[in-house]
Amino acid sequence: MKHDIVLRVVGKLLIPFILLFALYVQFHGDFGPGGGFQAGVIFAAGIVFHALIFGLDHTRTLVPDRLVETMMAAGVLLYAGVGVAGLLLGGNYLDYFVLDQDRIHGQHRGIFWVEVGVAITVCGVMLKIFYMFASRDRDRDRDRDRDRDGEGM
Amino acid sequence: MSLAAHLPVLQVVVPLLSAPLAVLVRHGGLAFGLVTAAAWAAFAMAIGLWFQVGESGTVTYHIGSWPPPWGIEYRVDRLASFVLVLVSGVAAVVLPYSRACVGREIAREQHYLYYAMFALCLAGLLGIVITGDAFNLFVFLEISSLSTYVLIALGRDRRALAASYRYLIMGSIGATFIVIGIGFLYLMTGTLNLVDMGTRLSGVENSRPVLVALAFLTVGICLKLALFPLHQWLPNAYTYAPSAVTAFLAATATKVSVYVLIRFYFTVFGESLVFHKLPLPEIMLWLSLMAMFGASAVALFQNNLKRLFAYSSVGQIGYITLGLSFDSVYGLTASVLHLFNHGLAKGAIFLLIGGLVLGLGRSGGGHGQPTLDRIAGLGRRMPITCLGIFLAGLSLIGVPGTAGFLTKWYLILAALEQGQYWLVAAVLLSSLLAVAYVWRFVEVAWFRPSAREEAGQDEVRHEAPRALLVPAWLLVLASLWFGLDTSFTVSSALDAAEALVGSGR
Repeated sequence: MKHDIVLRVVGKLLIPFILLFALYVQFHGDFGPGGGFQAGVIFAAGIVFHALIFGLDHTRTLVPDRLVETMMAAGVLLYAGVGVAGLLLGGNYLDYFVLDQDRIHGQHRGIFWVEVGVAITVCGVMLKIFYMFASRDRDRDRDRDRDRDGEGM
Repeated sequence: MSLAAHLPVLQVVVPLLSAPLAVLVRHGGLAFGLVTAAAWAAFAMAIGLWFQVGESGTVTYHIGSWPPPWGIEYRVDRLASFVLVLVSGVAAVVLPYSRACVGREIAREQHYLYYAMFALCLAGLLGIVITGDAFNLFVFLEISSLSTYVLIALGRDRRALAASYRYLIMGSIGATFIVIGIGFLYLMTGTLNLVDMGTRLSGVENSRPVLVALAFLTVGICLKLALFPLHQWLPNAYTYAPSAVTAFLAATATKVSVYVLIRFYFTVFGESLVFHKLPLPEIMLWLSLMAMFGASAVALFQNNLKRLFAYSSVGQIGYITLGLSFDSVYGLTASVLHLFNHGLAKGAIFLLIGGLVLGLGRSGGGHGQPTLDRIAGLGRRMPITCLGIFLAGLSLIGVPGTAGFLTKWYLILAALEQGQYWLVAAVLLSSLLAVAYVWRFVEVAWFRPSAREEAGQDEVRHEAPRALLVPAWLLVLASLWFGLDTSFTVSSALDAAEALVGSGR
């Protein structure tokens, strides 16, 4: 679809807004529908859209596999890290009350970072799954390693 | 607050954190170091918790400082602390072994993923044991199950994929049943805290949704613990998984499922419903007997050593559920003891078989399966490895002086207590089957000439690498040690059983 001028132009126009919408869903999640999971999926969808129009290889240079894998681990680490922060600040594990002077603020802060962690991991996993399936026929030699790998994700 | 107060949560969080870190470092060696350190830390914490429970009774921990039943509660009682020691201890022993065996069985660029999965599996299993919240339990069950499927699929043999897929299907059905059961319980009680659920159920325990929940949970958990007719996923999964994974799963995964079953029966549903009003003890008794005899008989006719001991596992689980079906202190003591004793013995056997497979690979013929004709005469080539399998096999049989004997002893006590003398005979007879399949190994390994000897040459001694032997022998010695010094195992199991049986419900 690389040569379709309409798709390319519309895609280029839309993708920034899709990503922005993902951020909106992310940060508005505290007050309305949304949250980390949905935001992560929408963000990944924007990137998948890019891959469909401009080709997988092009997208892979923009969002390399390594980054995707790092995202998957980093999100979990961030989530668990919020719990550890609660521990270090004198509360129990995942205790948000101690994250700020004000207990309610602490709750906001805790859920904020937890949701960021969720979004990062979900986005990473979505992209990883997409990359795995999309590249199955491309590099058949690496296929076996990859699909073992893929179940590792 | 001091570190000691946070042990219940750190027990799970430390292995859990080591998983993403292992992925981030992207290096097999570093990942190995991280995860092994986490597993040993978990082992130390489990022992710490065991002492805490001994000093001050049940330890509870409120996640996020939300008091139960609103928040998630972690709850460590005698039984939980005992199972925690088993699971984390086996992980701490198997991980160093992994280093030597993974290098040969798994592609290099996947090593760090193997360790990450192992850490997740460990965190999941520990979480199942420690949590006091029904839904949290389900989440940890999924974490451990999903990572288990991956670990099995990493096996070198292509059939590992099929075995893993089969387990995935069966395991998902089991997990679905469990979550349906939990859903019904939540519907009836409006709480997810297990203890709270137990209190709220009294009064409505005869209503249909509760019975449906009990049915779903029983079938779902029995699928995960491979009770006799639901064991179909187990033999292939154990046979084709990497050796270290087989050993870890055989020693821990089914045991943790048994723990979940005990937890639901005694803490949530209560003895009077499960054991007195429903024919569940009879069903469990007959299924256990079928496992003890049926699966052990099948084990006799296996040609592959790994498969032989996999079927033996199904048979040994029969003893655990048999003890459960008595609904007595001695019966439950036998079950809890056998969790531990069988875990040690089977872990040791599968670790040593990993060493055997390696030895077979070196003598040509590639990296195959340890079929009985290939291990002929191996007792002379790898005497230490084979001696280990034999000694751990004695524990499976229940020879006095090994840990397995204690289980049989308490099972027999439980049967005598209820005047069921025929069950004493059944336990002894089924032990004879274990004698038979362990003897098959002994006969082939020591009394049959190897291919080399048939050609008229002397067998050269060629042990498995020390890195494999030391962890395996640690477990062998443990299963002998706990046969002689029973203070830790028997007192824990008795305490746990006394706390659960006859708690008035």
